[in-house]
Amino acid sequence: MTTNTVSAPAPRTPIQEFWHYFSSNKGAVAGLVFIVLICFMAVFADVVAPHSPSAQVRDALLLPPAWLDGGSWSYLLGTDDVGRDIFSRLIYGARLSLSVGAFAVTISLVIGILLGLVAGYFKGVVDICIMRLVDIMLAMPSLLLAIAIVAILGPSIFNAALAISLVSLPNYVRLTRAATMAEMSRDYVTSSRVLGASPLRLMFVCILPNCLAPLIVQATLGFSSAILDMAALGFLGLGAQPPTPEWGSMLADALQFVQRAWWVVTFPGLMILITVLAFNLMGDGLRDALDPKLKQ
Amino acid sequence: MFQFIFRRLSLVIPTFIGITLLTFTLIHMIPGDPIEVMAGERGVSPERHAELSAQLGLDKPLYEQYFHYVAGIVQGDLGESLVTHEPVMNEFMTLFPATVELAVCAAIFAILIGLPAGIFAAVKRGTIFDHSVMTFSLTGYSMPIFWWALLLMLVFSVTLGWTPVSGRIDVVYWIDNTTGFMLIDSWLSGEEGAFKSAVSHLILPSIVLGTIPMAVIARMTRSSMLEVLSEDYIRTARAKGIAPWRVIVIHALRNALIPVITVIGLQVGTLLSGAILTETVFAWPGIGKWLIESISRRDYPVVQGGILIVATIIIVVNLLVDIAYGVVNPRIRHNR
Repeated sequence: MTTNTVSAPAPRTPIQEFWHYFSSNKGAVAGLVFIVLICFMAVFADVVAPHSPSAQVRDALLLPPAWLDGGSWSYLLGTDDVGRDIFSRLIYGARLSLSVGAFAVTISLVIGILLGLVAGYFKGVVDICIMRLVDIMLAMPSLLLAIAIVAILGPSIFNAALAISLVSLPNYVRLTRAATMAEMSRDYVTSSRVLGASPLRLMFVCILPNCLAPLIVQATLGFSSAILDMAALGFLGLGAQPPTPEWGSMLADALQFVQRAWWVVTFPGLMILITVLAFNLMGDGLRDALDPKLKQ
Repeated sequence: MFQFIFRRLSLVIPTFIGITLLTFTLIHMIPGDPIEVMAGERGVSPERHAELSAQLGLDKPLYEQYFHYVAGIVQGDLGESLVTHEPVMNEFMTLFPATVELAVCAAIFAILIGLPAGIFAAVKRGTIFDHSVMTFSLTGYSMPIFWWALLLMLVFSVTLGWTPVSGRIDVVYWIDNTTGFMLIDSWLSGEEGAFKSAVSHLILPSIVLGTIPMAVIARMTRSSMLEVLSEDYIRTARAKGIAPWRVIVIHALRNALIPVITVIGLQVGTLLSGAILTETVFAWPGIGKWLIESISRRDYPVVQGGILIVATIIIVVNLLVDIAYGVVNPRIRHNR
């Protein structure tokens, strides 16, 4: 007698399911690979970078990239006007940009979630006050508001990062508030409330975990705009100050050499573009994977 | 309809008051004594300090200062520049046309390229053309425009020599400032080559400033078109045997355009903040460059006034977009 065992395929775990949807988007995977790569470079900058970001070599001023005439393989992407290795500066710049991005996203995520939860949970006057504040911030272009804040606090990396986290607040507040309001009417929230859960428990234990998906997507996209705004502030001289190796301020330093040395201008900008693009690609992929409603 | 406009207007007033509070606080957030900060390293004598305090109203209580400030704003008085001693409003008015000219050309560029690209991408969904439009628009959306400006300048101005590097017109022309818009003024001047020169100075900055709005418009048009194209009435129109182009242009596009128009209106903020970067790179004498220069000169009244005006413009434009949206789409008008 033979026994026919019919086994259903094992159900996918949530992580497997997520990866299934995420990996079907090739752009998102490419973005993720690049982000992992650049995080690795940023963390191990001391080992990866061939030179110190601030070492000036007097007999290697404005050296072209290695593959051009006059280039040297010891300076892969050439050198700038005071003989610093551009490749090494880009790697150390990645460390700075990613830390600023992480700092800004964390700050705005924490404050945004708090304000959004409170507004969505309590409604009424609290909600109106918070949302008016958000409307005011939304009426200003983020870069302009960041410039205004930095203009008053004085140009520095920390102030720029603070300004960037402030200007990205509205998105998180609105997202959390909308998600909280949607969850509030669900039965599981009502039943927890009937069981006597405190407002804090309701907000953070019941509601918040169910609002996380859009927030994760927004945080990824927030990373890209933080890096972009940071570079813009650096370029305008309102962010990192020279000789800090920051991508935007590297571009500003290079302005006067546009005509003589294209590489000084090209590579930092390319680095900004690719990094921002990678975060945007990954954000799109995450949205598709995390939010079934938006799946096409 | 009237009620709808009134409701929208009443929402704007608290926002505007908030903005005035914000710009008012800005000047009080300067660490240290504002007058000493304004005076810089030269320092001020105690008498001059008292005189300036009285002149700026800094010796009065805060709420009184605020009401004085708002009263000034309502009358169009935004204070005086510390550097040129010109009223901030006058300086703004002289420089604003340059920014408007740039922003309008950038918007035209963005719409002319972004709209057709989005439509074609939706119609040819899944093809190589669709994928390349989406790739390009995501790249444009991620673009650090100050670098993009440098790159275009490097290729078209420095290497190829096709376009000038900076400014609004060649120095050889002396154009009377009739309207403030260089294209119109150079046309009116009748000088040979002046108009051409003005146009060639506008090309690169417009492309740079228009890049992000173009990407946004292309993405929005595509997704809006895709949604409309899957509607039943489009299938009906096709089944009736109407020419494919007619279905797309007359039946689908008109409905797909509603959200696109809103997005175009919302690009005003992107254009004005992008103008800060674009004008800095191209030495374009508009309000963006003016604001950045005022910050580095610590000309606080200009920074304060400039930010207030720009924010006000954005609020007003968003309000107009909202109202226009209500006019086009009755569903919005009657909801809420």
